[in-house]
Amino acid sequence: MSKLDFSRRTLLKSSAAGLTLLSGTGLSRLAHASDLTVGIVYVGPRDDFGWNQAHAVAAAALKEVPGVTVVEEENVPETIAVEKSMESMINLDGANMIFATSFGYYKPFVLDLAAKYPDVEFRHAAPLWTEGDPKNAGSYFGYLDQAHYIDGIAAGLSTTSNKLGFVAAKPIGTVLRNINSFLLGARKVNPDATVQVIFTGEWSMPVREAEAANALVDAGCDVLTCHVDGPKVVIETAESRGIKCCGHNASQAPLAPNGFITGAEYKWETIYKMFAADLAAGEPLPNFTGGGFDVDFVQNTPYGAGATEQAIAVADAAREEVKGGAPIFVGPIKKQDGSVLLAEGESFDNYEPALDQTDYLIEGVSGSIT
Amino acid sequence: MSQEPGLMTVLLAMFAGAIRVSTPFLFVSLGEMLTEKSGRINLGLEGTLVFGAMSGYAISYHTGSPWLGVLVAGICGAGFGALHGFLCKLPKVNDIAIGISLMLFGTGLAFFFGKAYIQPSAPRLPSISFGGWSDHPGIRQALEINPLFLLGIVLAIFLWWALKNTRYGLIIRTTGDSAPAALALGINVNKVRLLSTMAGGFFAGVGGSFLSLYYPGSWTEGLSSGQGLMAVALVIFARWHPIYCFWAALLFGAAGALGPALQSIGISRGYHFFNAAPYILTLIIMIASTSPRRSLKGAPGELSITK
Repeated sequence: MSKLDFSRRTLLKSSAAGLTLLSGTGLSRLAHASDLTVGIVYVGPRDDFGWNQAHAVAAAALKEVPGVTVVEEENVPETIAVEKSMESMINLDGANMIFATSFGYYKPFVLDLAAKYPDVEFRHAAPLWTEGDPKNAGSYFGYLDQAHYIDGIAAGLSTTSNKLGFVAAKPIGTVLRNINSFLLGARKVNPDATVQVIFTGEWSMPVREAEAANALVDAGCDVLTCHVDGPKVVIETAESRGIKCCGHNASQAPLAPNGFITGAEYKWETIYKMFAADLAAGEPLPNFTGGGFDVDFVQNTPYGAGATEQAIAVADAAREEVKGGAPIFVGPIKKQDGSVLLAEGESFDNYEPALDQTDYLIEGVSGSIT
Repeated sequence: MSQEPGLMTVLLAMFAGAIRVSTPFLFVSLGEMLTEKSGRINLGLEGTLVFGAMSGYAISYHTGSPWLGVLVAGICGAGFGALHGFLCKLPKVNDIAIGISLMLFGTGLAFFFGKAYIQPSAPRLPSISFGGWSDHPGIRQALEINPLFLLGIVLAIFLWWALKNTRYGLIIRTTGDSAPAALALGINVNKVRLLSTMAGGFFAGVGGSFLSLYYPGSWTEGLSSGQGLMAVALVIFARWHPIYCFWAALLFGAAGALGPALQSIGISRGYHFFNAAPYILTLIIMIASTSPRRSLKGAPGELSITK
């Protein structure tokens, strides 16, 4: 095994050296903008009804763009394996742009490779790029909390027990922000609403997600939503327990014909096509791209049978407001520990940088980060 | 819900979790127990479990009959068992190495054929309600019991009885304890082991179909997350005893439900620790129950790990 590894690494090294030589002699691969090759790495299967599917749908749309070749690899773990996958896309498939779509790919794998291959553009799907990181690396992100806020509004108008359940994977910033926004949406229309969160600790662990969903229903929640890679199990469990649900990442509407309200979806297609167009035009790519409803980076799943007419009307109106810049985080908001996040009259802009560093749950959410 | 749900909710959730989650553990461990009783270890049951989950789901989707899916999952499992039994018969072949390769093979094959079945929704197995007497929704839900769970209990009792009291049971145990003795009795050792491994594979395949057709009830690639491997460890923990396999499976199911249940009543600090409960439990019991002075009680003498 170690022998094989060694020879593979030497092969990679020597081919990398060869390519550096090529680009040194003026044959930069980016010169031919017409044959752009994009490599996309997924952490799970492309059709998981969730995070990976949302990216794969966008990749399929990108393939339709003339002159763009897309190479994909799925089920790549957040280990040294992703570095090998990306290197083989660069060296064997000639990729000049890499989309690394899972949170744990960034440090150190994307950063290392970006330093090693300065001609290749790396973009990573989480707001992690900071000043000082390689210039050919960057982050792109959809602010899904805006869509979760709309979900929360629809959920807050659908609940009778005023208890909403949230199955979450890991307590990282983006997940916590989605939970907080979901609660704020629910509280906006239903001041008695609370959100109970259960962390599973893994991005994908179907049996534990089902257990968590059942535990939330047993605790009295009558609307469930989630932030895990593949929401299929949570949505199906909610449906089989006869309660309502909101989706996450991609459309799960077909899984819950009776109880589906709406869902928070990414629209990566917008970003991927934008990047491809920029590269083809020879323009520099931004290191940080992010947005929500206003730039069409996120969307809500079309309403299902679980949505009442009132919920639809209020949610639609609220989405227009958010699109126009109305803030989601409006004071007074306290954190779980009682400290004040926003006082009366204060608010956060929806793209407030402090929100990217969310490491707290707000009052009204029960569940602990640690 | 009452205002002091605390302990009762957790106990109820663990009880419900034990019933919901234990079935695959039960089937895989019974299958592995039978195989090991005949003197071989089949570590490939994780692969068999995943392939059983995929094939059961696929057949249920195409034919509309989940029970046919269960049957086909079992037959596929028996096929993997036959492959293991056949390969291990060849001279100088190590059953553990074959098991690991079959685990990877089964998982890979299931992912390959399973691509087309991640999206569609297949008919699922029905459950039987035993909770009609209670007006507590939690208890009613906990007592929605799948027939496969009941079948698993019957199977455990049957295996316990058959291994102890029947001629076939004696043949399997003899083969597992001493191949030379079995040969002297005129028993075809390889045939016994082949059939035991096939039967074990059948059970594991059925266990897999439970995952995809009942709980959690859909085919995804992360479905098993190591349950097949844990079930193999569970056999050692259960001392190769079918009834203990049942209790061990229940215990693992309950331990798995502990993390989410505690979070649902608000004890959410340290959930990583509680989520690891099944693994910690295994370690503690293994350490507490082994002794350097004697070999494991009940271990078949022919097993390559105890020889």
